[in-house]
Amino acid sequence: MREMTMRMLVLLSLFFGLLAGPAVAQYVDEPLSDPQMERRAQQLHKEIRCLVCQNQAIADSNAQLARQLRVIVRERLEAGDDDAEVKSYLVDRYGDWVLMRPPLKASTLTLWIAPFVILAFVLGGAGLFVLRRRRQRETGVAPLDAQEEARLAAILDEQS
Amino acid sequence: MRLRYLLPAIAFLVVAVGLGVGLTLKPREIPSALIGKPVPEFSLPAVEGRSGSLTTADLKTGTPVLLNVFASWCGPCRVEHPLFMELARTTDVTIYGLNQRDAPADAARWLETFGDPYDKTGADFDGRASIDWGVYGVPETFVVDGAGCIQYKHISVLTRDVLEEEIMPRLRGEKHVPCEK
Repeated sequence: MREMTMRMLVLLSLFFGLLAGPAVAQYVDEPLSDPQMERRAQQLHKEIRCLVCQNQAIADSNAQLARQLRVIVRERLEAGDDDAEVKSYLVDRYGDWVLMRPPLKASTLTLWIAPFVILAFVLGGAGLFVLRRRRQRETGVAPLDAQEEARLAAILDEQS
Repeated sequence: MRLRYLLPAIAFLVVAVGLGVGLTLKPREIPSALIGKPVPEFSLPAVEGRSGSLTTADLKTGTPVLLNVFASWCGPCRVEHPLFMELARTTDVTIYGLNQRDAPADAARWLETFGDPYDKTGADFDGRASIDWGVYGVPETFVVDGAGCIQYKHISVLTRDVLEEEIMPRLRGEKHVPCEK
């Protein structure tokens, strides 16, 4: 009887061992001990893109890469990096794309300026339209001169 | 008067061309920031059951090499695998395998089941070396020149077209990108 229970126990432990699966490095989100530094880390997490999910910041993503990047941000801060250094560490590896807010430089100029150009066009167009309307209303319709009166009379005569 | 009809036509053309270009973009494929940069410093043990290691020095041997990031948990890796097997069988291209975040036994079993095209493998258990390589998905395939300068990166399944049009020429030293120092 006791042997039976022992055997059951061994089997059970084997079963649970299987459930645990292979040991692969897992990252747990552990806040930094310094609360001010942790705040900086969390702010940075909002500014760094999750490369797998693309339109999410790593702060919002549960993807493994996002989790790992969160840990790296904390590591860099603990190593004494300032915010810009943490970002450039990631930009060196993944390019500007890793930043949620693209930096202003030659290759991104169109991206930054296009909205203002479009706005200028729309405002300019609207302004022109209003101006022309107003001018038309102000000047009204010019009265016919003598020559035009004569032509009009001729046309009317012809038709009747 | 004529401008009145021309302007909408021009506006339409601009929008149509813009959208057309947008359709051909592949936003999922982010160009590597590492093209024209030296390979990162790393040192990894081989996949379980294999001897040796994979380090930065292996990528600076004077001949261009391929580095393929793979994992046993990665479905698409299985799709491109036969192409690497063929490459290993029919050419003398050096192929390295960077095994990303895999359980050692799984990686070994995968290579035994489907074949091992790699001259050397490196097991990146925690994925840190992959991050230094700017890897964000698996599979990815890098071309590195003999001096250890990253030349090209292909994201997702490697196809024969990409292999023949992009990778092989670079392995022969064509389309060379000089390394910034």
